[in-house]
Amino acid sequence: MIHAPDLSLAALAPLLFVFVAACVGVLVEAFGPREHRHAVQLAVAMVGTLGAFVCTLLLAGTQEITAGGALAVDGAALFLQATIAGLGALALLLFAERALDPARSAFVASAAVPVGSPRDRELATSTQVQTEIYPLATFAIGGMMLFTAANDLLVMFVALEVLSLPLYLISGMSRRRRLLSQEAAVKYFLLGAFASAFFLYGLALVYGATGSVRLADIRSAAVAGGGDVLLLLGLGLLVVGLLFKASVAPFHSWTPDVYQGAPTPVTAFMAACTKVAAFGAILRLLYVAFGTSEWTWRPLIYGVAIVSMIVGAVLGLTQTDLKRMLAYSSIAHAGFLLTGVIGLSVAGGGGSGLAATMFYLLTYGLTTIGAFAVLTLVRDGDGEAGHLSQWAGLASRSPVTAAVMALFLLALAGIPLTAGFTAKFAVFRAAIESGAWPLAVVALLASAVAAFFYLRVIVLMYFSQPAADGPTVGVPGLPTTIVLALTATATLALGIVPGAVLDLADRAAIFVG
Amino acid sequence: MTLTWYLVLAAILFTIGAVGVLVRRNAIVVFMCVELMLNSVNLTLVTFARATGTLDGQIMAFFVMVVAAAEVVVGLAIIMSIYRTRRSASVDDVNLLKY
Repeated sequence: MIHAPDLSLAALAPLLFVFVAACVGVLVEAFGPREHRHAVQLAVAMVGTLGAFVCTLLLAGTQEITAGGALAVDGAALFLQATIAGLGALALLLFAERALDPARSAFVASAAVPVGSPRDRELATSTQVQTEIYPLATFAIGGMMLFTAANDLLVMFVALEVLSLPLYLISGMSRRRRLLSQEAAVKYFLLGAFASAFFLYGLALVYGATGSVRLADIRSAAVAGGGDVLLLLGLGLLVVGLLFKASVAPFHSWTPDVYQGAPTPVTAFMAACTKVAAFGAILRLLYVAFGTSEWTWRPLIYGVAIVSMIVGAVLGLTQTDLKRMLAYSSIAHAGFLLTGVIGLSVAGGGGSGLAATMFYLLTYGLTTIGAFAVLTLVRDGDGEAGHLSQWAGLASRSPVTAAVMALFLLALAGIPLTAGFTAKFAVFRAAIESGAWPLAVVALLASAVAAFFYLRVIVLMYFSQPAADGPTVGVPGLPTTIVLALTATATLALGIVPGAVLDLADRAAIFVG
Repeated sequence: MTLTWYLVLAAILFTIGAVGVLVRRNAIVVFMCVELMLNSVNLTLVTFARATGTLDGQIMAFFVMVVAAAEVVVGLAIIMSIYRTRRSASVDDVNLLKY
């Protein structure tokens, strides 16, 4: 007699919404008429993500373990799921932008056509788009949401692959500079598969040490077994796999290449949502499974946090391409986020570290999507103009674009009255409260170094002479305008009146299991 | 016959795979090395299932196989698309994106 596991459909509603939308998207791709496909796919994907967002809000306060113990729907999972669904919806709007590119999309007409072939040249001017990007992105969003709720290492691994595989594909689907885009996809795929093999070996070793992959069982085995070598080795490999996804140095080598090569809307999506999902899983693994053996992982996280902040800040200084610069900024921010993870304390019931890290993820995601959305506006004959020199004097050409970009860069630098400041303040305070003040000092120094390269762009935009043959600033269509308006408002609002959202993060900072 | 030898063999296979990813130049071979790593994990899982007397490890090996199959589909599609343009699957030729 086999008993079906208990399945709380209500608690799983956000996940179901997204996965059903993705499956409907696949069916639309198979049976929908081509001329309506783009609009229908966008509508399906938006209904899925926004529906999931509303569901997470309705579920607020839920705390239960469901699906036979494999999923934990708790405050932290719901907060991060809402963040991912919301940011994912914004990224999907960027995918749908039709006004900026003369060919009416940032995505390739047909990904299967070889670059440079006669058919490719023919399609380059057509307005056809590979509409599979929408179901793929929706599957990735679903995988990310599953990742933050996984209460079992096996589910965590499956979610990791569900979020990664679509990302490998859509990062290779740029309409312009297709070779760069395909190269980004190959690099991301090979390194991503390599990292998930490490995660999987970690899973196997933890299973060998504890006889289970449930996070709660691992915790009780860790309390009883203490410093079991297999368990420690397994923990190390699991963390390496997750740090790779979060693009933490020294596991960051893919980040600049993939961020630069992928279509900019996809880069925005990856930078914001993948980071939220990866940190969601890191927090849950370290807190629920290994929270009682903090001494095992604290030195490791401490070390990679410092390396990541320094690598991101210092190498960011030398970049001349804006997308690459933002990639190194993302590596530095991963280090700042880890200072919040250090502030995670079991004694304080999650402590201020958990709430601070979740708030940081939300603000970083909003600001990053906004910054990449601005990058899609500035264009030359060959697509986006990403080189720093092309941004000289942008303020005289388009004051609004320059002002919005300046706002996002100030927020990334962590200047007061922007969301970035509140978030940095929260994670540094959490680190200091848990006694890690040397880490906070390094983080402050790294912030100062990183601020230099953000401010350099602002200086370039406002105080340089524009080049005669400089780029044009496109007039965005409705989707990008909505994204820019929402992210800019949120970046300002979370800097000036962050109280309500900080309070929400504080109340949501609960792990069950 | 002790189970330790299976674990040692799995660890050796995993190491061969990991080193292969780092030193081999053909994208297909690199990918095969990743598959070798995944299969060494399967061996580890099945051995631990035997050692701990639970079935979970064997079930997990099935999950790993399914995920590996999905990964093959995506990976070969990406490698094929780049090969059709460049007539080469060497990872050394993939060098447009650099610092």
